[in-house]
Amino acid sequence: MKKTQGNYTILVITVENKFGVLARVSGLFSRRGVNIKSLAVAPTDKAEFSRITVDLDIELEGVSLDQIINQLDKLINVVEIRALDPAESVERELMIVTVEAEASQRDELVDHLDKVGGKVLNIGTESMMLSLVETSSVIDDFESFLSSYGIVELQRTGRVALDSL
Amino acid sequence: MTSENIDGGKALIRALEKEGVEVMFGLPGGAILPVYDPIIDSTIRHILVRHEQGAGHMAQGYAQATGKPGVAMVTSGPAATNIVTPLCDAYLDSTPLVVITGQVPLAAIGTDAFQECDTTGITMGVTKHNFLVKDAQDIPRIVKEAFHIATTGRPGPVLIDLPKDIVDPNNPRSELDWVENPEMELPGYKPEKNIDLTAIENALELIQTSKRPVFYVGGGILKARAAEALRELVEITGIHVVTTLMARGAFPDSHELCLGMPGMHGNYTAVTSMQKADLLVALGARFDDRVTGKVDGFAPDAKIIHVDIDPAELGKVRKPDVAINGDCRLVIEAMVDLLRREESIQIDRSEWKSMISGWQERFPLTYEDSEPGSRLKPQYVLEQLRDLTPEDTIVASGVGQHQMWTSQYWSFDHPYTWINSGGLGTMGFSIPAAIGAKVGNPDRMVWAVDGDGCFQMTAQELVTSTVENVPIKVALLNNSYLGMVRQWQDMFYEERFSEVFLSDDVPNYKAWAESMGCVGIRVDSPEEVPEAIAKANEIEDRSVVIDFRTAPEERVYPMVPAGKDNSSIVVPPSQESQER
Repeated sequence: MKKTQGNYTILVITVENKFGVLARVSGLFSRRGVNIKSLAVAPTDKAEFSRITVDLDIELEGVSLDQIINQLDKLINVVEIRALDPAESVERELMIVTVEAEASQRDELVDHLDKVGGKVLNIGTESMMLSLVETSSVIDDFESFLSSYGIVELQRTGRVALDSL
Repeated sequence: MTSENIDGGKALIRALEKEGVEVMFGLPGGAILPVYDPIIDSTIRHILVRHEQGAGHMAQGYAQATGKPGVAMVTSGPAATNIVTPLCDAYLDSTPLVVITGQVPLAAIGTDAFQECDTTGITMGVTKHNFLVKDAQDIPRIVKEAFHIATTGRPGPVLIDLPKDIVDPNNPRSELDWVENPEMELPGYKPEKNIDLTAIENALELIQTSKRPVFYVGGGILKARAAEALRELVEITGIHVVTTLMARGAFPDSHELCLGMPGMHGNYTAVTSMQKADLLVALGARFDDRVTGKVDGFAPDAKIIHVDIDPAELGKVRKPDVAINGDCRLVIEAMVDLLRREESIQIDRSEWKSMISGWQERFPLTYEDSEPGSRLKPQYVLEQLRDLTPEDTIVASGVGQHQMWTSQYWSFDHPYTWINSGGLGTMGFSIPAAIGAKVGNPDRMVWAVDGDGCFQMTAQELVTSTVENVPIKVALLNNSYLGMVRQWQDMFYEERFSEVFLSDDVPNYKAWAESMGCVGIRVDSPEEVPEAIAKANEIEDRSVVIDFRTAPEERVYPMVPAGKDNSSIVVPPSQESQER
């Protein structure tokens, strides 16, 4: 499976916090045949606005990123849009995952989890639920590591990012 | 401020009145019924159409001819889907429209209720913006926002979807406090642009130093009401002008610096001057594929100045050397202002001018006269029509060969006299659009030039013209074929004519016109043409349809074949031996 390493583009879009706005934004990508790799949406510190973080492969198959930005900016409900330079921003992603883990395997697993700064959320008889907040590439690596245990269920949030200080 | 309690339906009509709406086009139905009741008491004239597509195109014709936003109102479901084509047409041609659709009651949305469809979902990609109103109290504000969005910046269609319960006086949900001056809530919409004066100075430097410049004028000039400003700019600079299909009339065809229409069926000089230019000044034009031909080979030596109100147009197709984001009129006025103040640089362009006049002499628009006893030449009919109608006649066309010939052979000397479907290419556009134009200009003569394929798509709106007393005239160029498709099969499919023959004798257009309350005239021979046009011109109390029987084998020339660059322009056989 292809992982999220390599080049990527983060678009940060401030929109009105209203019904239908996400469909307008995502529709602009789907009409051009562009896949959104991950998408995070939540209200900002001002309740009337939401911030959308879109993670795209830099290879857009002939579609101009500037054109997408210009056309997104034309949407009436889009208040502000810009591309974040990965080198100039701080990004994080959250993963929660349930992995198969017999009692005998747990020490090794928790040891690795500690090294990357993750947490144990829940413990079952044959499995554990873990969480990790890290960069997407660290999460990719940890996910690969977990696959040898057997992943039962997994959810990642996709990137969120802010400008570096 | 005194508060006044009214219902959503009344609020909608009152809000439209407040926006200055004088006329709306529509057709009632279940979900929109409550809004049709207050129309009886309104100052707004309602034109009852025979098909919702007609309402949309009429609103477009009205808007294109008057510059005011066109308004249409229809019910939910099939009515909403029937008006999707005009919305898309208006979206591509940047026509200001406000379309109101009925919707099933809020509680029924999503239940597959009778005549329910996801109108805002369906129209999202074909409107500048759309609204699903969920609270009657929002109606005055949303109407104000809709007109603001439709008419400012790059104009376009806006749709308001109105669930029935919020406009139905029998439903408590429809109650609201009327707000006379609602405050708009559009934090993301900023159509005003600060014009970059440095960019204008850079543009003027390019303009003044170029040896082979051309003004490439698009529909944005008309939207910006910039025809007068453009004329000043052209006359100060002495630079030739091409007017695209959407800009015919923005600069007078009779002016010595006007080269006419460029593009796939543009005239040789307009196409070739762009192709050989060292500078193209694009004013409210969008480098459409029908203008550029193969983009990689388009105007290879030209630097580009691109002026557009829509920043997403700048660099969309061709990277500009100077990009100016702003209203064309304001930008041109700023250019004129600077040019008047500065010492003008007079560069010698005599060589370029003689190249242009050489092309004009060698490659005029031309056609062969018809043989006695054979069908009429469409170009001849259009020349007669042009010469026998008042100079300020408004002409609306459908889509296809007749559209191209009209654009080529008419002489457009006034802005807002040419109405057509340029971007979407909607067959059947002309009759409803002509009706809408006539509604907006009751004292002007309005001709629709139509093809027989187009006519059969929307002719029923001639019933509307009769019943609503909006008399138009229709020049039907009837060649019994889907002519433009036939031309492509003729030229590019080895004359294998697939599904393009309509019929030589059905329908009987004269009888059909008469059955709709119009005068019907059939014309077979060239001698009858002027007489029929003169007769039509005299009839003022009803619509007239002239069935001109034209030659099916006639091709529109010149033609740049699809996918080829503009230097591959195909000229009529009589000009093939001319030196290029």
